[in-house]
Formats: sequence, structure tokens, C-alpha cells
Amino acid sequence: MTATSTRDVGGPTGGEGADQASALNDRYGAPIKRKQRRPAPWPVELYRSGLGKKYVMAITGIALMGFVFAHMVGNLKMFLGPASFNEYGEFLRELLVPILPHHVALWLMRIGLIVAFVLHIHASYALTRMNRQARTVRYQSRQDYAAATYASRTMRWSGVIVGLFLVWHLFDLSWTGTGAPFYRGDPYTNTDNSLSRIPVAVLYIVANLALGLHLFHGSWSLFQSMGWNNPRFNRWRRNFAWTFAAIIVIGNVSFPIAVLAGVVDV
Amino acid sequence: MTVTDPDPREATAARTDPGRTLDVTLKVWRQAGPDAEGHFATYEAPGISEDMSFLEMLDVVNERLADEGVEPISFDHDCREGICGTCSLMINGQAHGPERGTATCQLHMRTFSDGDTIVIEPFRATAFPIIKDLMVDRAAFDRIVEAGGYITVAAGSAPDANLIPVPKVVADAAMDAAACIACGACVAACPNSAANLFTAAKAAHLNLLPQGQSQRYQRTETMVDTMEDFFGSCTNHGECEAACPKEISIDFIATMNKDYLRAKLKNRRYLSRNG
Repeated sequence: MTATSTRDVGGPTGGEGADQASALNDRYGAPIKRKQRRPAPWPVELYRSGLGKKYVMAITGIALMGFVFAHMVGNLKMFLGPASFNEYGEFLRELLVPILPHHVALWLMRIGLIVAFVLHIHASYALTRMNRQARTVRYQSRQDYAAATYASRTMRWSGVIVGLFLVWHLFDLSWTGTGAPFYRGDPYTNTDNSLSRIPVAVLYIVANLALGLHLFHGSWSLFQSMGWNNPRFNRWRRNFAWTFAAIIVIGNVSFPIAVLAGVVDV
Repeated sequence: MTVTDPDPREATAARTDPGRTLDVTLKVWRQAGPDAEGHFATYEAPGISEDMSFLEMLDVVNERLADEGVEPISFDHDCREGICGTCSLMINGQAHGPERGTATCQLHMRTFSDGDTIVIEPFRATAFPIIKDLMVDRAAFDRIVEAGGYITVAAGSAPDANLIPVPKVVADAAMDAAACIACGACVAACPNSAANLFTAAKAAHLNLLPQGQSQRYQRTETMVDTMEDFFGSCTNHGECEAACPKEISIDFIATMNKDYLRAKLKNRRYLSRNG
């Protein structure tokens, strides 16, 4: 905070001798954000740092990538017909049932996902604030990017789109339905009813393209954030990223298209 | 006697021939002082030799401005051979201009075309306050180096050469990191104003070598923590690597991330120490 409060101190010609030197030191080279905080256990200390938040972004990102992949693969059951698809939905509720009571395994996974989402969003919010503080006066001419991709520069927006879509998606096919006839416990019919509406199908496609962009940068970026950098596999990192993003987008976009095309029909 | 050597007067004439010249228009950021309001000023710069470096072009423009009684443009420069890291400038939205792997002083006017408009802005980051016009203060980098850019050695008599074996590949990698001239282009080019490439290079050139091992994790932690007091965070755009006049790889950032996590795990193990 000192940097802003000392901006009124006289410039290089303002003071005399030692005063001038200290005024310069106050103005230049003073930290723009240093907070005194009580020492905490090391995971908290790690999370307080920007690099630690990037680790959290990467680890929660991997967890969410695992979910997105499993969700897409599970939904492919749609192509095997209503019995198969609904049976799969029931299987998720009965997961690990002789060991755990009904729904418990599913809820444990859901809690893990909620924690991952919350941490992913909080870390990105905190890092964005940190970045904004680091350049309070923006460039007055247009910056000419040489390496940054469209995906990397729009992570914030693709993330927000996916987040908002997620809320809609939960209302649409898990909680209440969004206008189309909704039958609890019959996901096949619900999917068909909802995605038969063209604007909804378009929404699903657009949201999944945003998800694809987000994954294209995120699933490469996580290797750097985690420090997974080795000449032996570096050339595979980009390939992994676009392959993973493509698989998710093609799989997920196939569902609204299949419904509209009548492949999935009650 | 047959004359075989070329006439020295002809050689001189050839050297002073300006060759192809360009007429360019400059849009330059002018700012009288740290707290003054800045603006873009437009200057015509006709008859610029394509063999001039970008800074020589600015020298010529400044001579003309001085003749006209206009305050010359302030900009940072020193060695003018790409090794000191003093020159800066955002040229047409790119740190050190469009040429890859060069500092502004190594950028030549032949890169531009006749009639071009060239926009020149100072490096912008909260930690790089503008002193005047295109000059910025990069003292924040000194704070990061102070935090860990040193090693512990026995400061007695000079040690024998090659006393500590260093594998060639490791020495090469450390040298790649040590090529950093601390110009600040990585920060200027980064959409987040992050200094991770600078800090990673400064940490790696000591952390890779045997001489740097005793303070490796302490160094990584203190340098990163100091960096985060001033700069933004890395989102792996790769802009820094593209802008770096020394073409330092973002691989070093990954190494720094790995060392930082290890540091957080290791540095808590100082037994019997509280705080």
C-alpha cells in the first residue's frame, strides 16, 4: 500500500540528498501488495500464494476433467436406448451399495465436485484480482499478441459461460425441468423432451464449445502449473489438450444433435 | 605500381551513403513525470536510413525535436548491443518490437516499411512506474534478485578451476537461464503483468548448479513470494517467451513451480524453529 500513499512525494528533483534518495526508494521498488498475515498450516500458506492457487486450479481442474469425461462417456448410453440409459442412472445411485448405504457414494462424489468447483472459482477470482492490481493503467495502444491463443485469453469468459450453463443444466435435467415435461427418475425422456426444443439444443451446443475452449487451454496449462515439464513428453502436452477437448466436445454435442435428428426419441 | 586496393575515399563514400531510406510516422507516449497526465504525440520522421537501429532512429528524431525547441523523447538505453537489458519500449503493441529474440536496440528500421505508423508506448505494469515519457523504473526486479539471487561460498583464496564437476547439459541449461538481461519484456508482454519468466530464470540459473543447492528451496520461496508482492500471476499464455530478447523458455517456469511446492513442503521442516 506504500506505493500509492507515497505517490505525492517529490520526484527526482523534489528533495535534497538523503531525503531525495529515500523519496525515490519510497516511490520506486516498494511492493504494491504486501499483507502481514498470521502464519498458518502449510496447505493454507501454499494457497495464499499465487503459485499455490495455480496448483489448486490445476488439481481441481484435473478432478473436473475426470468428471466431464466420465459424464460424457456415461451419457453415450443414450445411444443404447432408454432402458440402458436409465439403468445407468440408477447404477450411479447404487454405486458401492453393499459397502455403503444407498446414494452415499454418489453424494461423496458430488461433495468432491462441489469442493473442486468452489476452489477452482475462488482461485481464479483471486488470481484475476491479483492480475488486475498488477497493471492498473492499461496499455493505451492495441497489444499485438504473439503466442497467446484465443482460448487462453478467454478462459475467464469461457469459464463463466460453462459455470452459468452448469446451473441451467442442473435445473433442466436434475432438479425441476425448465418448462418441458419433466419426470423424476426418467432421464431418457427428460433429455429427449428438453433437447427437442431447438433453442435449448443450441444452448447446449454453444456451452459445450465454450467448454471445449476452456479445456483446450486448461488441459495444457495444468502441466505447466503442476511443474510437469520434461523434454520426454513436452511435445505430447498440446496433443493431449486438443485431443481431450475434441473428444469431450464431439461426445457432448452429439447428444442434442441426436435428439434433434430423432436418433434419441422416446 | 598497379593499384589493387580500392580507393579509400570511395570506401568512405560507400559507408556514408544512407542507402534505402524510410519515411515513418511515430506515435509516441509523452508524459512529463511520474504523476503527470500522459498522451500520444505524433511526429513525422522522414529520411530514416533502413540500417539504423530503432534507438538510432529515436536519436535522429530527438536531434530534430531539439532543433525545433521541443523537449526530446526520454527513453532508456545503454549498451545498444543487446546485453544490458536497459532498453525497453512497446513497439506496435509488442515488447521490443516485432523481431523475435532481440532487444529494441537490435531492432533495425529495415523491419519496417516506408510510410508505416509506429506506435511507441512504455512498458506498463504497476510495479514499473513511468519516470518520464518512455522510461520506467524496474527496481521491483532488484527486490526479487535481492530476495535470493545469491549463493553461499567459502570466500577465502580462489578455488581451483573445475573443482566442482557440472555436467555439460546442466551447465548449458543454467546458461540459458542466466542469459536473462532483466529488461522486463516478459512483464510488459504478459496480459497479467506476471514476472514468472524473469523470476524462474533468475532462480534456475542458480538452482540448476551444484553451487546453488544449499539455498535452493529457501531461494525459490523467497524470490517467488517477493515477486508476488509486485506482479500478477502466470496463466501460461506464453507471451513472455515470445517477447524475451534472450528467448528464455517457459520450461523454467514449470521448474520453478515444482521447486516452490517442494520448498513449501521442505521449509516447514526446520525443527526447533518457531515462525
